[in-house]
Amino acid sequence: MDGMHSETVLKPGEKAPDFTLPATPDQELSLSDLKGGPVILAFYPADWSPVCGDQMVLYNQILPEFHRLGAQLVGLSTDGVWCHAAFAQARGLHFPLLSDFEPKGAVARSFGVYRPAEGTSERALFVIDADGIIRWSYVSPLGLNPGADGILAALEGLGAPAHHEGAVS
Amino acid sequence: MSHLTPEVGPGDHVLGPADAPVTLVEYGDYECPYCGQEYPILKEVLRRLGGQVRLVFRNFPITESHPHAAHAAAFAEAVAAIGRFWEAHDLLYEHQATLDDASLAGFARVIGLPRADLDDALNGRHDAKIRQDFIGGIRSGVNGTPTLFINGLRYDGPRDLASLLDVVQQVALRAA
Repeated sequence: MDGMHSETVLKPGEKAPDFTLPATPDQELSLSDLKGGPVILAFYPADWSPVCGDQMVLYNQILPEFHRLGAQLVGLSTDGVWCHAAFAQARGLHFPLLSDFEPKGAVARSFGVYRPAEGTSERALFVIDADGIIRWSYVSPLGLNPGADGILAALEGLGAPAHHEGAVS
Repeated sequence: MSHLTPEVGPGDHVLGPADAPVTLVEYGDYECPYCGQEYPILKEVLRRLGGQVRLVFRNFPITESHPHAAHAAAFAEAVAAIGRFWEAHDLLYEHQATLDDASLAGFARVIGLPRADLDDALNGRHDAKIRQDFIGGIRSGVNGTPTLFINGLRYDGPRDLASLLDVVQQVALRAA
């Protein structure tokens, strides 16, 4: 439905590249720390989106539903740790925001969702299973909040073999 | 993605004729300022296109950001139980700055909602219905508030009066 994003985005069936990024000014988080259950990676362009119930606020509200399905949620953008800290505090977010700031966008690049012209990531979602395999990916048109229906459907489909959809649908 | 599920049914709050060719569903939060901005626009769409469109309101309270949203929704559902939902809906959107419990008690007196009904509502009597609306919204691709669906499809276009009048009229023509 989108078709405007690059074809570089990692697809279902591929191994998610491990990474370690700052989650707070003095703490780091690695993807491998979250092993044992599914992980939702939500790349987004920038903190402080003006929309009411913006994507991260929406996911914060839906967090109990993600947890019910056994999944951990992580947000990622190229904003710095202090920006993330202020944003998370202002919005009351209950999940980590990782700072893909230096080297800039390195993790976004490794997932194929970096936008060099803007210096931000795409608005991109990945659902990764307990074995570290990407099971679903989706790149949203940049200005459009993708909601959570695709994430929930992907989490509920984790019992089935990896299939190729979402990013190209 | 972005198809309304569940469809509009008997449990919904509906304003306008059942046989209207266009059904506009709003997922809203009584404390969301953008919903507050949309409220008079939706009223005007209904006023100008009466007969062609009906409005459905479903709860999508972002309670993590809006401390009064849950109780405001509970109040509206309590009023719905006495058959006067839209009066509560309108009062809430016309007084978004005062949605604390004391204000809700005042609204209850204005509408004639028994105090016991309000207390029951604030103690969770309608929470299951509100939660059901919320989960249905997530499943339907609601991505913030307000989110509008027009005849079952999420509408991502501009929400100003002229744009909405235009799109509703176009959908009405196609549905005819």
